[in-house]
Amino acid sequence: MIERDLVIVGGGPAGIAAGISAHENGVKDILLVERDQYLGGLLNQCVHTGFGLEYFKEILTGPEYADRFVKKLLGIKNIEISLRTFAVHLTKNKVLTCLAPGVMKEIRARALILATGCRERTREMVHIPGTRPSGVFPAGLAQKLINIEGLLPGKEAVIVGSGDIGLIMARRFTLEGAKVKAIIEIQKTSRGLIRNMVQCVEDFDIPVYFGHKVAKIHGMDRVEKVSVVRVDDDFNEVAGTEFDIECDTVLVSVGLIPENELLETVGNKTSIPGLFVCGNSFKVYDLVDSVSKDSELAGKQAAEYLKRLGGLRKVR
Amino acid sequence: MVKKLICIECPQGCLLSVDIENCRALKVAGNKCPKGMGYAISEIENPVRILTSAVLAEGLDIRMVPVRTNRPIPKSKLPLAMEEIKKIRLRSPVDAGVVIVKDFIESGVNLIATRSAGG
Repeated sequence: MIERDLVIVGGGPAGIAAGISAHENGVKDILLVERDQYLGGLLNQCVHTGFGLEYFKEILTGPEYADRFVKKLLGIKNIEISLRTFAVHLTKNKVLTCLAPGVMKEIRARALILATGCRERTREMVHIPGTRPSGVFPAGLAQKLINIEGLLPGKEAVIVGSGDIGLIMARRFTLEGAKVKAIIEIQKTSRGLIRNMVQCVEDFDIPVYFGHKVAKIHGMDRVEKVSVVRVDDDFNEVAGTEFDIECDTVLVSVGLIPENELLETVGNKTSIPGLFVCGNSFKVYDLVDSVSKDSELAGKQAAEYLKRLGGLRKVR
Repeated sequence: MVKKLICIECPQGCLLSVDIENCRALKVAGNKCPKGMGYAISEIENPVRILTSAVLAEGLDIRMVPVRTNRPIPKSKLPLAMEEIKKIRLRSPVDAGVVIVKDFIESGVNLIATRSAGG
């Protein structure tokens, strides 16, 4: 079986920062596996600005922020990068099973950093009743479809949730020529940054219904309309306040969840020495700048763990 | 008259108070840094925004290449800018920061790539 000093699962901002830091702290045998065809993770689809203010003291778009780290990573020969490589199983002895096109590999990691990011909370998880037609998307998926695939998910949207992803997508949808009919927010105020209320909502005159929720999604094959209702202080529906909004798309922006499926494959909950978690799979962050700083620390900790073990490989 | 604005220059979102007369901003208060002053004046007299989007690539290793205006453009020009962006077909490899369209929509601002794309 192949053995590596350090294996990093995930080539987004967390994995890249951890890898660079581990290398700077003395680890010379590093394998980074990334399931997608490119590095950068979520940042690639975040085409808007607002990144790097703390880390670089500049205002960058997501891809620009990623580019800085990817270039630095690619300049390090001792870090092997395996793209299109999906980690599917982990044992308590840190044996990782990966699938890549045409091959399945087992790798024993002396130290392992999990940087697998997060996934989106879905419509089902927040119990939005009604039919299940096509046209209901988590907001981040809609973002990926537009910015990576060049596909417009719909023409008239209602957005559930006023967190930053929902607000950013309200603007993106509108700029691409679609209509955002409303943003529905169950709380009394926006969950996102105030600046996004200005530059994503007010700039485009998009109605926001605070203290409301989507009571039902209607439609046979495709979304046809949503029923919206006001809620009281306990978030219960207020009778008689229901109204419908016609639309063909519902974007659901109701939070992110750390992606920890790999850890769940381990089975018995034991403490695994030499295992580190960083980035959104550790906890959901607001700023990628903080992800970079914390992941650098994780990389350093992994290096220190390996130095204590002894027998660090020189050059691959 | 006094207008209240939220500054969008950074995530702080300071609440600004602007004294306006004859469509000119005379006095700005509430900003925690100098950028707020500039934003308030600009927002009253000539609102501008940085535009970010993506252009279709042909024959490159990614389908969409994200782009941005390297400086803000007039808010009123955003719809025109988006129309022009949709017409672009990027056929040669670019690096992040490379200019795709110089003097984009005659705004004096460049449209630049924000991600590298290879052939």
